[in-house]
Amino acid sequence: MNSVGKYFSDIFYGIKSLWKGLMVTGYYFVHPGTIVTQQYPENRKELKMFDRFKGEVILKHDENNFHSCNGCGICQLNCPNGSIEIISDSVPNEDGKSERIIDKHIYHLSMCTFCGLCIKSCPNDSLAWGQEFEHAVFNRDVLTKILNKPGSRIKKVPKEPKAPKPVTETVPTSNPAN
Amino acid sequence: MQEVELSDILTAREDGDYIVNIGPQHPSTHGVMRFVVSLKGEMLEYVIPHCGYIHRGIEKMCERMTYPQIIHLTDRMDYLSAHMNNEAVSLLVEKATGVEVPERVKYIRTILSELQRIASHQLWWAAFGMDMGGLTCFFYGLRDREHILDIFEESFGSRLLHSYVCPGGLMGDIHPNFQKRTKEFIKYFRKKLPEYDQLLTGNVIFEQRTKGMGIMSKADAISFGATGPVGRGSNFACDIRKKFPYSAYDKVDFKEILYTEGDSWARYKVRVDEMWESMKIIEQLIDNIPEGDYSAKMKPVIKLPEGEYSQRVETAKGDLGVFVVSKGEKYPYRMHFRTPNFNNLFVISQLCAGNKIADLIAISGSLDLVIPDIDR
Amino acid sequence: MPFNIYDFSGTTKAIDQFLYAKMPPTWAFVTELAIVGVIILLVYAVVGLYLVYAERKVCAFMQNRVGPNRVGKWGLIQTIADLIKLLMKELVVIRKADQLLFNIAPFILIIASFMAIAAIPFAKGLHAVDFNIGVFYMMAVSSIGVIGTLLAGWSSNSKYSLIGAMRSGAQVVSYELSVGLSLLAVVIFSGSMQLSVIIESQANGWWIFKGHIPAIIAFVMFLIASTAEINRGPFDLAEAESELTAGFHTEYSGIRFAFFFLGEYMNMFIVASLAATVFLGGWMPLHIGNLAGFNHVMDFIPPLVWYFGKTVFIIYVIMWFKWTFPRLRIDQLLTLEWKYLLPINLVNILVIAFIVLMGWYIK
Repeated sequence: MNSVGKYFSDIFYGIKSLWKGLMVTGYYFVHPGTIVTQQYPENRKELKMFDRFKGEVILKHDENNFHSCNGCGICQLNCPNGSIEIISDSVPNEDGKSERIIDKHIYHLSMCTFCGLCIKSCPNDSLAWGQEFEHAVFNRDVLTKILNKPGSRIKKVPKEPKAPKPVTETVPTSNPAN
Repeated sequence: MQEVELSDILTAREDGDYIVNIGPQHPSTHGVMRFVVSLKGEMLEYVIPHCGYIHRGIEKMCERMTYPQIIHLTDRMDYLSAHMNNEAVSLLVEKATGVEVPERVKYIRTILSELQRIASHQLWWAAFGMDMGGLTCFFYGLRDREHILDIFEESFGSRLLHSYVCPGGLMGDIHPNFQKRTKEFIKYFRKKLPEYDQLLTGNVIFEQRTKGMGIMSKADAISFGATGPVGRGSNFACDIRKKFPYSAYDKVDFKEILYTEGDSWARYKVRVDEMWESMKIIEQLIDNIPEGDYSAKMKPVIKLPEGEYSQRVETAKGDLGVFVVSKGEKYPYRMHFRTPNFNNLFVISQLCAGNKIADLIAISGSLDLVIPDIDR
Repeated sequence: MPFNIYDFSGTTKAIDQFLYAKMPPTWAFVTELAIVGVIILLVYAVVGLYLVYAERKVCAFMQNRVGPNRVGKWGLIQTIADLIKLLMKELVVIRKADQLLFNIAPFILIIASFMAIAAIPFAKGLHAVDFNIGVFYMMAVSSIGVIGTLLAGWSSNSKYSLIGAMRSGAQVVSYELSVGLSLLAVVIFSGSMQLSVIIESQANGWWIFKGHIPAIIAFVMFLIASTAEINRGPFDLAEAESELTAGFHTEYSGIRFAFFFLGEYMNMFIVASLAATVFLGGWMPLHIGNLAGFNHVMDFIPPLVWYFGKTVFIIYVIMWFKWTFPRLRIDQLLTLEWKYLLPINLVNILVIAFIVLMGWYIK
């Protein structure tokens, strides 16, 4: 008698559990408002990534085409797999001494692992994350980018005049000649 | 049940064996993994896993990278527990150099670990449902995971591979919206998680396919070294967060989920309950993040003093161990990762013998394997 | 008896007499065959194409996504594009496979479902054949389809296909019993196996209402058993995508694969129309006993619409099953049939026979 009871209770338990599952999917079927798909190529105009989105590494330029990279090469040292190549140049500056400027800041997007060490270690804070995410190309060479825009120069931060050392009366302590 | 000898791991045992190859390309092996399966009708005689298809030499690469550069490699080992992997290496470096991280960093790292754990279990649930045949489970799991990925994207800029936790603290501060979004997510997910139970857990078909399948005893779990939900489903109390607390885990109150049956059902329930516990942990921490710096001051070039160091961390899959031998330079001399998936994989030859092919898929789904973690 | 339902047998007789008057008898016969063949082909193709589209849309809505919506408005031409693509694919020739069996296996499946469609009444008088053993004929003809599956798996000379075909063979053969017994329930109620007579007997209400509880039980069991018959839904381990890549039709490509694919959907259509005909009244509108006013209103909706509406409803339920439940394992499947469905069916038949004897149902 027990097994007969168990037989029927198994059937009812099974049907009840299946019915609960059906209700979940049935609910989503009759509520098309729960659809989460974004219609991608049509919504490009409204599509805006978050501010900190890691699209690619860019060199920050302001509206007058100034950047702040001085070609020190610290980003190249810190990059784990050689995605950055710095080609710098020596030019004489206004004091007559030769100074290093950046010639080409080569960035291999195809090799970059987006670790962020170059951006974190730059002493002049000149690198940043860009928002561009559509990087699919037909030719891999296009992915090797030169980050400093043509015609851009480093923004010269005028040196602050050194504060004069406070003059102290030196009291002769002892005569070294003695 | 036959014992698998190392010597005959590549050839069929006898000539009459009916060998079927499952993988390396297969919809449900969750990566590139090859199972050599010997069948008698529908019954499995033995299963031999062949790994190594995605071996990238991460441990060797670490020998010529400085410690901040190692972080982005650890991301890619078990990509579903990226934060925990990063945290393991960072904690090791901080312990070795004696740096004390600010309290804020500890709280944030714990919250991120728990969010990452929920995300990993959501993806596991999605893939497990799909392997069982309920294809809608895949979409529900991923739909809810998108919320966590949005939280990550807003603060760190990327959804899957963050490289965010670094030696000394974090790479940057969290976004001001982080706390608000996390609280909204928890409210949303508390309503959705019972739906998972309605759809899959309570289903009679699913129960019959997982209860009593792939039973692993506690002694086996200990001898294989199966940690994480796989071990805790067999009553092996191996939660590193309780045994060797790190970051802010000693400040929160949570249960260690243990089930005694040791079958696929127990492993499934452990993970679902862990999702509830993670939400509890996040709720305790999210409002009390102390103010402060997001990173301690580290030297520009980090050199570990000479010696051997190790650190254990509880990832979503189990106990991840990092071991470093340092000769006092900026590169490690040898770096070894003890990954949980490697040990969890090899229990499969023991669990599957005598079951059917459909059970192989069910059992390997309940083990929650991420193949890049096995091969590194 | 509804009086204002258009009787297609008048039209068919008119065409018949017209043809016999114009041509010698043999030619007229051949022309009639050709006309019926072409119409059934068209129905088959169009319904098949749009069932595939409907499944993709239904499953998309259940999964919080949109489904095909690019090719044509709302993606209506998607299946036609897929069909053109399949037609252009290479038919891979497998040297070690049994060529004759490998080539004819898809056709056997299609032929079986064609023969079954011939017997379904779409409206009053609109059917190709009307045997007096209609129900029995439908069951017999659907059983031929399993030969196609078995041949496909076995002649492919591939382990995956063989495993899939064997599983499918065991499954289909077992569930045929339950399908037959559930249909027998309504045969006992209505007293005839002829499909048109069964439909006429539902003129004062559908059997699912008139036969109260035993008929509802028979209906539920018919749904479950027929989902297993057509290798669909939670019973699709013959082609379990996540386990065996594609099961018995792994080695087929191009139009042959399209035949299997289409055959599966048409089988679903046939099973759904059989359920609609036998349990829900086929083309008969919803009548309640002798409420002449209500019945009169219901008669205004054309029978073709009633028929397709009921079939679509049952197809939706079958799709709902597929996208909600996980897959059953082979031993669970056989347990379900032999330990649960078959005993309940047998007891149900006994109960129905008793009820019919005692007259405890709405005649």
